Amino acid sequence: MKQFDVIVVGGGHAGAEAAAAAARMGSRTALVTLRCDAIGVMSCNPAIGGLGKGHLVREIDAFDGIMGEAADRAGIQFRLLNRRKGPAVQGPRTQADRKLYRQAIQALLAEYESLTILQAEVASLIIGSHRVGGIVLADGSHIKADAVIITAGTFLNGVIHVGDQQRAGGRVGDAPSILLAQQLADLDLQRGRLKTGTPPRLDGRTINWSVLDSQPGDDTPTMFSFLNSAPFVPQISCGITQTNARTHDIVRHNLGRSAMYGGHISGVGPRYCPSIEDKVVRFADKDHHQIFLEPEGLDDPTVYPNGISTSLPADVQHQYVRSILGLESVVITQPGYAIEYDYFDPRGLDPALQVKAMSGLFFAGQINGTTGYEEAAAQGLVAGLNAALLATGRPLVTLSRSESYIGVMIDDLTTHGVTEPYRMFTSRAEYRLALRADNADQRLTETAIALGCVSEKRTNSYSTKAGLLSAAQSLLSQTAFSPRELQAAGVEVSADGARRSAYDVLAFEGVTPEHAARLVPDFASFDQAIQLQTACDALYVQYIQRQDRDIQRLRADEALAIPAGFDYSGIPGLSNELTQKLKRVLPVNIFQASKIEGMTPAALLLLISHVRRPSRRLMA
Amino acid sequence: MDTIFALASAHGRAGVAVLRISGPHSHWAAGQLCALPPVRQAGLRVLRHGGETLDQGLVLAFSAPNSFTGEDAVELHLHGSIAVVAKVSEVLAQMEGLRLADAGEFTRRAMDNGHLDLTQVEGLADLIDAESESQRKQALQVLSGAIAEKVAPWRADLLRAAALIEATIDFADEDVPIDVAPEVLGLLCRVKEDLVAEQARTGAATAIREGFEVAIVGAPNVGKSTLLNALAQREAAITSDIAGTTRDVIEVRMHIAGLLVTLLDTAGLRDSDDVVESIGIARAKQRAEASDLRIFLLQQPGEAFDVASRPDDILRYAKSDVSTVAMPSVSGKTGAGVEDLLAEIASKLAPKTSSAGVFSRQRHLLALTTAEIALGKAINTLPRASVMPEVIATEIRVALNALEGILGHIGVEDLLGEIFSSFCIGK
Ligand SMILES: Cc1cc2nc3c(=O)[nH]c(=O)nc-3n(C[C@H](O)[C@H](O)[C@H](O)COP(=O)(O)OP(=O)(O)OC[C@H]3O[C@@H](n4cnc5c(N)ncnc54)[C@H](O)[C@@H]3O)c2cc1C
Repeated sequence: MKQFDVIVVGGGHAGAEAAAAAARMGSRTALVTLRCDAIGVMSCNPAIGGLGKGHLVREIDAFDGIMGEAADRAGIQFRLLNRRKGPAVQGPRTQADRKLYRQAIQALLAEYESLTILQAEVASLIIGSHRVGGIVLADGSHIKADAVIITAGTFLNGVIHVGDQQRAGGRVGDAPSILLAQQLADLDLQRGRLKTGTPPRLDGRTINWSVLDSQPGDDTPTMFSFLNSAPFVPQISCGITQTNARTHDIVRHNLGRSAMYGGHISGVGPRYCPSIEDKVVRFADKDHHQIFLEPEGLDDPTVYPNGISTSLPADVQHQYVRSILGLESVVITQPGYAIEYDYFDPRGLDPALQVKAMSGLFFAGQINGTTGYEEAAAQGLVAGLNAALLATGRPLVTLSRSESYIGVMIDDLTTHGVTEPYRMFTSRAEYRLALRADNADQRLTETAIALGCVSEKRTNSYSTKAGLLSAAQSLLSQTAFSPRELQAAGVEVSADGARRSAYDVLAFEGVTPEHAARLVPDFASFDQAIQLQTACDALYVQYIQRQDRDIQRLRADEALAIPAGFDYSGIPGLSNELTQKLKRVLPVNIFQASKIEGMTPAALLLLISHVRRPSRRLMA
Repeated sequence: MDTIFALASAHGRAGVAVLRISGPHSHWAAGQLCALPPVRQAGLRVLRHGGETLDQGLVLAFSAPNSFTGEDAVELHLHGSIAVVAKVSEVLAQMEGLRLADAGEFTRRAMDNGHLDLTQVEGLADLIDAESESQRKQALQVLSGAIAEKVAPWRADLLRAAALIEATIDFADEDVPIDVAPEVLGLLCRVKEDLVAEQARTGAATAIREGFEVAIVGAPNVGKSTLLNALAQREAAITSDIAGTTRDVIEVRMHIAGLLVTLLDTAGLRDSDDVVESIGIARAKQRAEASDLRIFLLQQPGEAFDVASRPDDILRYAKSDVSTVAMPSVSGKTGAGVEDLLAEIASKLAPKTSSAGVFSRQRHLLALTTAEIALGKAINTLPRASVMPEVIATEIRVALNALEGILGHIGVEDLLGEIFSSFCIGK
């Protein structure tokens, strides 16, 4: 029988990143998936990054992960979203060539010597007493491992809907995963049903591009990986068109035939990714909706019409698509569809993404109720690192809300659970000004190096950069200038007599690294990237200091651990309802407990006093 | 979860004594004593236990979550006899799963079950402690959720403003209104003005809760302490003919026309070489400046003190029993003019109470100020909304957190909910 440290089930974005992370940690890792050639497939839109999502990719890169590198290699249109706004809310995004992306992921995985890739269906888990011991394949063979990560995506009991037609499927062209879903359902885990949808794909050769506006990428493309500085392949533009009154009429008249509106789907879909049916019904006063026509690859005529996902029957899709400017004679190569699938309530996981009730079993990706490649990959990273740590008997690692978007996401999932597919937004991060895409490496790479998941190349490159940044900052902080000296350098400042350093004034609006170099000439000797990064770091200093007090309180609450097996029923004065919630959520620390819905300051105090009590009772 | 019971009315002999039982076994427990009337209907019942009649009284049952605590509950309205209450309590205590409630435990359960927010718990505590009529009214207002009611529209406005700004950040690529600044400005200004107005009213609210300070100010040996004793109708201050007897500030709490008032007797104002007396005089001036109302006790017209005068100061000529210099006068010794003076104090304090807000605690004021400052910064940054939305969003969040902190928590889900209900987001 084969034996591994870590087994990853699934080769989607969560699985690929999990396998890479475990392998980087030195674990003997197996990635088992239904189709090896489908590893790294993008099920939906051909793009990586965006607002909030771009932050996640940068954070994965800070841990030396693969998503950022693959996106850079496959990127055909890089755009930094919110470029004109502050750096805290800028998000890198790229259109990705589907084939190049898949190839890049597969090539990157092939570089890991301790990683074995197997094509097979995982039928069940080997389970000991509250401990996972490995997997059983559909052909009956057993593979043992200390830790198993499930990243089965939308495949668990997946059902695909096109209009009133349904069939079982994990995504178009793939069978669903029923056996595994069955066993997971038998574990004591809360299960729910979610849905998502995808638009029809168009043949770009049948689009009348000449009547459409186009959107090019940025002049100076922003890469995802901190190690890259320019695109690898030629860049393209996207087309822009919009729906019109006729499109909306067609949709409205056929609502009854939509899978969602015809009552065929019970799962909940995401509010932020409404189908064209949703848009027409919920925003009836709008007479048009924008559509981006995104080429799926450099040598692929397929076009992804971003903005019109649907579960209407194929003939209706054909009609409404052809009502749109530029698409009058377009050919649909694959109709849009909706998919319903099982997810497991992520409140059953600890912040390392390990199933609370089953040591060694980790869940990552869409199975936890999230949506999106980046969300999946970020969870894969955390599960992969922790599975490797567990296999070697080392303490698990968790990321705090105060240091990363990954921490925000995992905390949201494991404390609040989900009511709709969870997607990252920058507004979810309360410490947004400190958690920027530009400083992901400064926030996380040292932690990553300490864990042992960073290559020598990145370690060296990071320490050089960190050294330069701190040198630049102390150079600019050294000398304080009078308002007159600052004004002479072109800095708008009131003559209040206060002396300020060049670093201080970089926080002022309109002050650029050039101003700083006028004040401190040596600053000009740093290369441009370091100068710009120093300016970003200086920009929010004042706000970040104000937030530090909150962060300290948060960290203190996070540090006050609630021991596993803590007996909540032993606390007099705690309401029944809260006791039940606590028993279900099993918070790992007071911070998590404080965020349980309905938790009150009084109840929290009560809880803290009992957690601190040395004689507390543990459940048998 | 235990079922708890306790006397909900005051201890001792009374017309009626109310025993409250709350928790999962409450209906069962009361059912052991009598047949329970239908929920929320009072029924006259004879309470029996082990063949013995305990009392006859009104029985009222509530079922969760529609009770004070949010749990199943029963109220027994018994005859207010110490013996009856003791006997029924003893019987209940012997029942399986029942115990006497700890202090405040009913309230805590109500709060844990989300039936009261933090301010309402404070209101309840104040209500129980209320001494004066105006304190009682104020506490009742807070208990009935007046603070949550005040905060709710601010919260709604700020959530809307935050959602507008956040939409321009997180959905920059999509069909969201481009220039949200005018609407945001309107919302922020409205809330900020309210906050300013509300802060101005916290002084009076605090005074109602903690008592108005009324200082008696005057030269040494003019009879301030005698007047204080006359007003308070007891010997609170030592009086003598020796000037400078009162060296520190003496405080007497009393009720005037339903208001809690702290009368201050201060050291006589004069130049002094005595170190101890000088300290007393400095303190007297300080307290006179800080008090809500002052009574200046004068010896002659035109007498001036080193304390800035205010339009609502009360003037009285002193010791009308020995010398009638001018009117109006008052004598602490004979009581002449005391009634008059009390009436004037009441009439001068009354308008101060009518403007009182519901925010009466230090922590409320702090939250209001924090929120107002943050909103000021957000408003100043608003002209740059297209380039610095994240800074505006941060300030609005600070304000929201401060206001929410008065009651409880804010979650980002509230924010996203607002965004999604307003716009067509998504591709
Ligand atoms: C139709 C559709 C529409 C979508 N729309 C959007 C959208 O609009 N926006 C958005 O952000 N995201 C969207 N997504 C979601 C996005 O594709 C996923 O969130 C992301 O790919 C999830 O990654 P994952 O790794 O968790 O799972 P997946 O990428 O689904 O990968 C699952 C993997 O598990 C393997 N597997 C499953 N069961 C077994 C088994 N028993 N044995 C072995 N291997 C197994 C599969 O072969 C596959 O490799 C959509 C997905 C679909 C299918």
